[in-house]
Amino acid sequence: MNITALVFYVFATLAIGSALLLVSMRNIARSLFLFFIVLFSVAGLYVFALADFVAITQILVYVGGVLILMLFAFMLSNKELLNDLQIGTSHFFALPAWQSLVIAVSFLAILVYTSLQLGADEPGWIAASREAGTVLTPTDQTIQHIGVQIMTRYLLPFEIVSVLLMMALIGAAHLTRKEATS
Amino acid sequence: MIPLTHFLVVGACLFAIGLYAVLARRNAILVLVGIELMINAAILNLVAFGRYDKTMYGGQVFALFAIVLAAAAVAVALAIILNVYKFYRSVNPEDIKNLKD
Repeated sequence: MNITALVFYVFATLAIGSALLLVSMRNIARSLFLFFIVLFSVAGLYVFALADFVAITQILVYVGGVLILMLFAFMLSNKELLNDLQIGTSHFFALPAWQSLVIAVSFLAILVYTSLQLGADEPGWIAASREAGTVLTPTDQTIQHIGVQIMTRYLLPFEIVSVLLMMALIGAAHLTRKEATS
Repeated sequence: MIPLTHFLVVGACLFAIGLYAVLARRNAILVLVGIELMINAAILNLVAFGRYDKTMYGGQVFALFAIVLAAAAVAVALAIILNVYKFYRSVNPEDIKNLKD
């Protein structure tokens, strides 16, 4: 086993383990900080899929924006934050709701089964790409190509996404505004 | 080079954990975290398949779009959660029963 595979499995176990701890923990503040670790290690996994730019964007957008927003919302919406933090150690794990556990485990079984099937017989386009030599290699300059592709081939989705982002931000600002006192 | 199947299995695990969080947790913010976990699993799959697409970079570009959409969804969802908390004094999804006051 070479060092690349080893680091990949370290990141994978870190992501899955802290995600498991996240859903089983009673204290919400601790879960949110565990979510930090999950996001960072998933960004590490993106690097192993040779998507450096997506990894950087993940860290910028998720860790820098989304998680901070979530922490704000949590602190604004929990009256018993301090009590919660103090008694958090006595109830370390929440009770598992077994119905949800059954659904999640069966979903996991289906997904893993499908992934293993995919390993057995590859889709045609992957085999074709491997034959044509258009598989990404670690020395490729991906960021430059992504920029060119966004500005040419994917220009329409890019514009639609930016309009949608603006609509969502205006909507969020509208939802949280103070009511005019009449 | 890491095989494609390993990425898919990691993504499947993250998706199942996120699904469990959405179904089982009693706090709207943690439900949102579960949704984000599921979106991250989907992005991981996009990126893993995008490795075989050197000419068009479809996987990576649409992974970026998915990250943007997730950020927009979080902004709106947190605004709604804060409004719900102002009204009900609770963020437990089971306490929120009325559509209109």
